[in-house]
Amino acid sequence: MTEPTNGRAASRSDQEVGLVIQGEPGEKPLFELDHVVVAFQIGSLLAQSKLIAVNDVSMTLYASRPEIFTLAGESGSGKTTMSRLLLGDLEPTSGEVMFQGRPIRDVIKGAGRKRFMSEVQPVFQNPFETFNPLRRVEEYLFDTAVNFGVAKNRKEAADVADRALKSVGLSLGEVAKRYPHELSGGQIQRVSVARALIPNPKIIVADEPVSMVDASLRMEIVNLFRKLRDDERVSVIYITHDLATAYYVSDRIAIMLRGFVVEAGPVEEVLVHPLHPYSVLLKESVPEPAPQNKEAWTTHITLGATEVREFARAGCKFASRCPKVMDICRQADPPDFRVGARAVKCYLYDPALHIEAAPITGVGTARVQMDALLEKGEPSPAVTPEKEDVA
Amino acid sequence: MEPLLAVKDLRAYYKTELYGISRTVRAVDGVTFDLYPNEIYGIAGESSCGKTTLIKVISGNIRNPLKIQSGSVHFKAGDIDRDMLTMSADEMRTMMRWKRISYVMQGSMSVLNPVRRIIRTFQDIVSTHRGIKDRKLFLDETTAHVRRLGLPSEVLHSFPHQLSGGMRQRVAIAMATIFEPNLIIADEPTTALDVVVQRGVLQMLKEIQQQSGNTVLLVTHDMAVHANVADRVMIMYAGRIMEEAATETIFQAPRHPYTQHLISSLPSIGERRQRAALPGSPPNLSDPPEGCRFHLRCPVAIDICKTVVPAMRVLPDRHRVACHLVEGPTETPQEQPDATMTESDAAVTTQEVR
Repeated sequence: MTEPTNGRAASRSDQEVGLVIQGEPGEKPLFELDHVVVAFQIGSLLAQSKLIAVNDVSMTLYASRPEIFTLAGESGSGKTTMSRLLLGDLEPTSGEVMFQGRPIRDVIKGAGRKRFMSEVQPVFQNPFETFNPLRRVEEYLFDTAVNFGVAKNRKEAADVADRALKSVGLSLGEVAKRYPHELSGGQIQRVSVARALIPNPKIIVADEPVSMVDASLRMEIVNLFRKLRDDERVSVIYITHDLATAYYVSDRIAIMLRGFVVEAGPVEEVLVHPLHPYSVLLKESVPEPAPQNKEAWTTHITLGATEVREFARAGCKFASRCPKVMDICRQADPPDFRVGARAVKCYLYDPALHIEAAPITGVGTARVQMDALLEKGEPSPAVTPEKEDVA
Repeated sequence: MEPLLAVKDLRAYYKTELYGISRTVRAVDGVTFDLYPNEIYGIAGESSCGKTTLIKVISGNIRNPLKIQSGSVHFKAGDIDRDMLTMSADEMRTMMRWKRISYVMQGSMSVLNPVRRIIRTFQDIVSTHRGIKDRKLFLDETTAHVRRLGLPSEVLHSFPHQLSGGMRQRVAIAMATIFEPNLIIADEPTTALDVVVQRGVLQMLKEIQQQSGNTVLLVTHDMAVHANVADRVMIMYAGRIMEEAATETIFQAPRHPYTQHLISSLPSIGERRQRAALPGSPPNLSDPPEGCRFHLRCPVAIDICKTVVPAMRVLPDRHRVACHLVEGPTETPQEQPDATMTESDAAVTTQEVR
C-alpha cells in the first residue's frame, strides 16, 4: 500500500515533528491541540489527588490530508479522554482544542453544536450496546438523516441511508426491518459506521471499534476505514490497543502512556523501529501470529501488582520499568525530542546529553522484582487501601 | 501415550420448549478429540462456534437447557478411569472439580467475591475440598503456593478491587492450580487485559504447565495467542472441528479453507499487504446448513460440500482436517443419522485409525 502523504510530506518534512503536521498553504487545521492538559480530581474532599489523564499533548490534523490516525496505549493511558476531547465532550483543564481555527468551546455553543457534530462523528466499541435492542437499526439511520438536516422526511432519509450503507458494503434492503440481534457483529458495526457517515463528516472518532468483533470480521472494519480515507476523504481517529491492526491501517500513530504521548510519528517508523523504551516493550508484547518466535515471547517478564502509582510519580512515567533509566528521568518530565519525523519523550534522545545509540533490549525483564521490593521492607502496593486500579 | 481426556463424538444441544415451539441449538455437534498429559491444547473459533458449550461439558457444568445427545468424555488419571458424563453431581464435586479439573474464567472480577479478602475465598476452596481446618497450616501452604507462582503474598490479604486486572487474573490461576489438577481449562483468560499484562499472565500459565506437566486447555479467539502458547490447536466452526494439528502446522501449512483464511487475515507489524475479509457470518446453530457447515462462506466450495458432511481425514503427524478437498484416510464419519451411534461403536472406529 502506498502512503498518500508520502509525496507531499517530503517537501514539508522540515516543520513536521510527531503529531504536528502541515496542511495546504493558508489552510486552517481541522483539529489543533495546543499543549492540552486534562486533570481529574479523584478521591474524597479530604484525601484528594489529581489524576492527569492527558498531559501536554499537541497535534494537528488537516482536512486536505485525510488519514487514519491511531491513538494506541494500554488501559489507563488516556486514549478515551483524548477521544472525549475531540468529540467536544470534555473541556481541557489547560491548553486549547481548536476546531477549524476556533476554540472548540465556542464552536459547540448553541446551534453550533449540531454543525460540529455533523463534522465529527463517533463510532463506539460495542455495536450491540450502541443500538437499542428493541428498535430497528434503520430507525437510527433515518433519525440521524432527519436530525442533521440531510433529509427532510423519512422518504428522503431512506435514500440517504441507502447511500451511506452502500459505502460500507451493505444496502438498505439487507438491514431494513432488522433488529440489532439479527445482524452479525461485523454487519452491525458497519451499520454503526454508516450511521456516522450520514451527516458527511470530515472526521470519525472510533474508540476501540474492533475489540468486540470476531477475528474474521475485524478485517472487514479496518478495510472499511481504509476505503473511507481513500474514497470519501474522511479522516479516522482510530483508538485501539491492538498494534497489529494499527500498523495495518494507519498513517500516523501516537503511543500514549499515563497521559503522555511518549512517541509519535509515521506508523512505519514508530512500530517497526520503536525508539522509546515503552514503545519497544509494547511492540515486543504483541503476540505475533508466527509460532517460530514463541520462545522469545514467553521469556519471563515481571508485572507489578497495581499500576496506579506511575501516575503520581515525578519524571518519566516509565522510569521504574526502564532498563536505560538515568537519574534525570526521575527528576523531570522529559520533553519531546525530535528524531527524524518523530517526537520521542525520552532523555536518551536528548542531543545535549550525547548518549550513544544502542539497541534497547530486555525491556520486560527490567521491571522491579516484586519479591526484591518486599524484602527491602517497602510497603506492597497491593495492601494500601487508596491504591486502586484505574483501568 | 494414553489420553488424559478422550472426547468421542460429543453432541451437546440446547433444547428449549416455549408455548409448544421447540427449538434445538446444535452447539457441539460430533466433536472427537484427545487431550494428552503435558501439553497446552488450544481451541480457536469465533463467537457462537460452540467453544464455551464444549468446555461446559468437559468441566461438568451441564445444566438445562443444555443436554448431551450422545458421546462420551473419558477421563483417565490416577485412580479415575471413567466417562465423566456418567458421574453424578456429587461425584463431580468431590472427585473431579478443583482436584482433577479446574477452570480459569474470563472475568476474574466476577469470580472473586468483591467484599471478601482473597484469602477467604482460598479458605473456602481448601476447607471444602481438602478439609484442612488448621488455620496456621492452611495459611502456610497457601502462602507458599502463591509465592511459588511469583506473586507477592500480600495479595492474599487484599480485596479484589485493590489489585490490577492482570494480578486478579493471576490470583484466579493460583486458585485453579492449588490442588495441582491434571487439567486446567482456561476460557479466554486474557481477553480483557492489556498486551503487556496478557504476556505476563500467559507466561505464568505456561510456566505452571511446564513445571507440573499437566494439561492446559486454552480457549481463545486470538490466533496470535495460540501461536505463542499452544502446542496443538483445534479450529472450531459452527459446532464442529474443522482442523486440528500441531501449532506449527496450523500456522504454516493449514489445509482447511477456513483455517487458511483465518491465518492469512491476521495482521502483523512490518507487513501491510491488503488482507481480505471473509464475507458473511457464522450460521445460526438452530438451523445449521446441510453438508459442510462452512460451505456458505467457503471460497472453494464444490457441489458435494452442500449436501455431504465431510469426514475427518487423518494426515501425517496427527493432523486432522474435515474438508472434501483434502485427501487422506478417513476417521469416524462425523454425521450420524439422528445421532444414534453408540459409545462403543465410536470407540472402535477411532481406535482403528490410531
